[in-house]
Amino acid sequence: MPKVTYLAHNGKSTTVEVPNKHSVMEGAVKNGIDGIVAECGGACMCATCHVYVDPAWLDKLEPVEEEQEEMLGVTAAERKPNSRLSCQIIVRPEYDGLVVLMPDRQT
Amino acid sequence: MATGAAITSVVIVGAGQAGLEAAAALRSQGHEGSLTLIGEEARAPYQRPPLSKDYLSGKTDGESLPLRADIFYNNNRIDLITAEKVTAIHRAIHQVECASGRRFSYGKLILATGARNRALSIRGAPHVRYLRSWEETDAIRARVEHVSSAAVIGGGFIGLEVAAALRAREKQVTLIEAGERLMARAVSPTLSDFFLQLHQNHGVDIRFQASVTAVQPNDVLLSDGTKIPADLTVAGIGVIPNQELAAAAGLTVGNGIVVDELLRTSDSNIYAIGDCAEHPNRFAAGINSGRVRLESVQNAVDQAKCVARGILGNPSPYEEVPWFWTDQFGVRFQMAGLSTGYDQAVVRGKIESAKFSVFYFNQSILLAVDSVDKFADHIAARKLLANRSKITPEQAADETMDLKKLA
Repeated sequence: MPKVTYLAHNGKSTTVEVPNKHSVMEGAVKNGIDGIVAECGGACMCATCHVYVDPAWLDKLEPVEEEQEEMLGVTAAERKPNSRLSCQIIVRPEYDGLVVLMPDRQT
Repeated sequence: MATGAAITSVVIVGAGQAGLEAAAALRSQGHEGSLTLIGEEARAPYQRPPLSKDYLSGKTDGESLPLRADIFYNNNRIDLITAEKVTAIHRAIHQVECASGRRFSYGKLILATGARNRALSIRGAPHVRYLRSWEETDAIRARVEHVSSAAVIGGGFIGLEVAAALRAREKQVTLIEAGERLMARAVSPTLSDFFLQLHQNHGVDIRFQASVTAVQPNDVLLSDGTKIPADLTVAGIGVIPNQELAAAAGLTVGNGIVVDELLRTSDSNIYAIGDCAEHPNRFAAGINSGRVRLESVQNAVDQAKCVARGILGNPSPYEEVPWFWTDQFGVRFQMAGLSTGYDQAVVRGKIESAKFSVFYFNQSILLAVDSVDKFADHIAARKLLANRSKITPEQAADETMDLKKLA
């Protein structure tokens, strides 16, 4: 199973296995990792699962679609070029080792 | 947080999303005292929106439904008590009493008791299924395997989502609606028509102005004598707020437990949030009383945060923009604001393209925006409403006008 590393704003690092086809958001929520909220449960309605993707991984991810693009415009923490909604990053075998940094706040 | 530190114990009655989010918000905002979250269901808090959508259609499994991992409750010192019903609030001694006889003392009490399905009052009622809980949905899912036809009673959001999910499983579906159009309480006729077409195009047989007289194991009888084949009947005809506990304790109730702008009930140590709370809402300009009861994830989550602020001594009124969503046959429908009481509705975009929005105004003031696969409009609408931005019906209808600039 691909491993995903979640870096908290305070530097705490947690690495967990996330099953294929699950989202990076689900990986965090199911493992009780703080820093990703996902109020809407992954429906791309709330922008509270915002992460900064490690730049080394950025071009390996799917391009940002319109819905995510709009939602990234209303995140609580600053939007950066590597901002993504973690509910929209669906894990695949080649994402093994993915690293995401969680912002200081989601709301 | 000086005031908050004085609150030693918070008890939350109801472990739906509002209750869970209130517990989470209290901890993340710095509450250090005890936190007890009491729910009637056996399961830990879970998401309801997917039940009538991807979970019923079989697209997702139950693994994604829990709102938090089990370790979240330990990590955050939340005492989660499941399968327990609170039967009384003893306000004088600040205690709640449970069906098991257990009692819990509170400094502050949050009622997040939710709502329950309105039941059909007809012959054959035992054959009617409802969908609100995970358990009820599992019962329907188990039954779906063995049926070829289904009747859905009620043409609101739940009824339409259930119809779409059952069509996705290739069942013959008849939807029975008492009124003249779909989602009549919530949307304009333009949108009712759009969704009627969508459902008909996907093979749902929709009967309007039809009333059910009996539900039998394999069919539904209508008052005009029509017999609808239905090996499975699901009703979604609205909900009733769970306010009896509050009423019995002498708290003021109306269309839900009555709260003020800080979500306090008529007892200042007791709050009510989520589906059960009748609250003043600044986006209810089209409603005479200015008071509403909302059934949504947004309202549950934002009221949870508001009540946490209030309990911890940083009160600020509840004034978040209401938003809602539904997914049917791959079409995403998003709503911002409350359209009740509108006197003008204008369309932005082409309905034929199946990507458009309807803007609702009352005396030229924007009340709400409903968007069909128009995500950018929806996000702009939330901002326009939150900022009380000026936008005319003409500007709304003009697709060359950048909504974000107006917000």
